[in-house]
Order: sequence, then structure tokens, then C-alpha cells
Amino acid sequence: MSARLRLSIFAVSAVALALVLAYGLAGLQQFGHVDSAYGALLARLAVPARHATNAVVVTAFDFRGLDTLVEELILLTAAIGVVALLRIQRGEHSEDDEAHQRRARPDPSETLRVAGAALVPATFVLGVYVVAHGQLSPGGGFQGGAVLAAAVVLLYASGQRFALRATRPPPFAERAEAIGSLGFALIGLGGLIAGGVYLRNVLGQGTVGELISGGTIPLSNAAVGLEVAGALALIAAELVDQALFVRED
Amino acid sequence: MSVLQAVALMLVAITGTLVALTREPVRQAIQAGFFGLALTILFFSFQAPDVALSQLVVSTVAIPVMILLAVAKVREHERRERRRGAREPERDR
Repeated sequence: MSARLRLSIFAVSAVALALVLAYGLAGLQQFGHVDSAYGALLARLAVPARHATNAVVVTAFDFRGLDTLVEELILLTAAIGVVALLRIQRGEHSEDDEAHQRRARPDPSETLRVAGAALVPATFVLGVYVVAHGQLSPGGGFQGGAVLAAAVVLLYASGQRFALRATRPPPFAERAEAIGSLGFALIGLGGLIAGGVYLRNVLGQGTVGELISGGTIPLSNAAVGLEVAGALALIAAELVDQALFVRED
Repeated sequence: MSVLQAVALMLVAITGTLVALTREPVRQAIQAGFFGLALTILFFSFQAPDVALSQLVVSTVAIPVMILLAVAKVREHERRERRRGAREPERDR
């Protein structure tokens, strides 16, 4: 198939797509138009029922907590898949001993390490902040966990782990992931035991605007934050290990 | 539709096209980071800050890192294959 034929087919289908897209977009509601009774109900109930001001987090971790439980299992499965695929197989070895490293990879530059030393603690604190304030301001478990994982990736990018000569995927990532996913499931179980419904919000709701408010929502946030941070850090660590240290025999 | 939202939409369109037009994988990874940044501004201007937070981390940190590591691994593999291929003819002599 020649290039001209390809381009003409693309042009025709692009025009068709543009027409259909314009027709569909023209029929959309105005931005911000509320048409769903369920959505309006959730937004109205968030503060009086749960004393938490972030309706998105209340919806994700309380009203629709079951969906979040399954979603974080998706991340867990992805991390397990990455670890299984990138394990050291027969016919490969890991060049992470001192001599190899000193020869193949010189120490990272001072600038890079100083930048990492400045950025990593700040990112870590920001991640913990986002997780802790999930029920009050935009953020929550997923977002805070992602920021924490970004701190770990920064650790690798600034060369600190190479300077530490420690290259196997860090154990804290696997443990954090396991504790996080198990923790969320157990919190749901606590709701079942204390309230008769799985994932029921059984703790005291607290005062609106305080850090401790929303019942089990801060706990769920912390669990999911741990899980997401652990899973993403594990994936990043496995990829770094595979790309830079694993070699065929 | 405010000015900020319109500008964000334009930025997303431009950076997205640039990602598709960039040829080299390393450059594409950096370009994908900029695309993610434009998407973050878009989501934020459309009043979805939670999505913007996730998008920021995933698209500017996680995706470029994964792409760059995969490219590094492939290039290392190719380099070794080439070295092994260059060594073979000498042994036959």
C-alpha cells in the first residue's frame, strides 16, 4: 500500500470522524449542567452525612468503596505481573556487585544528588499531606500514593540508590503494597462486623474541617495511599533493575 | 468556556500532535511529559483537581521513566548483539 493511498484513506476517515465528533459534541449539555439525581444526592449528602468536605473522596471511599477496593486490586495485579515478568530468569544474571558498578557506572554528579536531596523529602511530605487531607481538599489515597511513588522515582533518578550500592527492589515497597491492600479489605471487614454492611462507615464522623473527620475515610485513604505508593515504587524499582543491571550470560 | 479553558484545550491539541510527530523514543518520552502537563492544566481548569493530581504524577514521572528504561534496555541489548556479531568472524579465522 503506497504512502499516497494511505494518506488519502486517512484523510477520508479523518473528515468522517470530525463530522461525527462535531455532531456528537454539539448535542452535549453545557459544562457544569447537573442532570443526574444520584450525583446531586451524593454532593448534597457529603458534608451532613460524613462531615467531610471533599465529595469526590467521600464517593470513592465511602459511598462507592467497593469500586475502589477492586480498583486498587488492579494496581496490585499490575505490580505482581511486572515482578513476575522481570524476575531474573535462567540465562541472566544481575551485575550489581561493586566492581561492575564502579566500572560501568560512575558516581552521579553532585548537582544531581543535591537536587535529589532537596526534592525527595519535599515530595515525600507533599505526598503524606495529600493522603492525610483526602477528606478535606482535593487529593486522597490514589493521588497521595502517586506523589509518594514519585518521591521514590526521584530517589532513583538522582542516583542516590546507585550511590548507596543497593539495587535490589526495596523491601519496603512490597510490604507497603501488601499492608495497604490488606488494610483496605480489613477496614471493610470492620464495617461488616460493627455495622452489618461491608465497608460501612462505622467510626465517629468528627467535626467538619478537622483532620480527623469522615469516620473510616482517613483510614481508607492511608491504606490506599500505602498500596498505590508501594505498587508504583515496586514497578519503578523492577524496571530500573531490569534496564540497568540484569544482563544475559 | 473561559479563556483559561480554551488555552488549555489548544495546548493539549498542540502537544498531543507534537508527541505523534516526534520520531525518536527518548524525545517522545519528554514530549509525553509536556503533554501530561498540558492535560493537568486542562483538568484543573475544568474543575477536576483530583484527576489533575493523578495525571500530573503519572504522565510526567511514571510514563517517561518507564519509556526511557525500556529504551535503555533495548539499546543495551542491541549493543551487545552487535558486539557479539563483530566478535564472531574473528574467531573463524
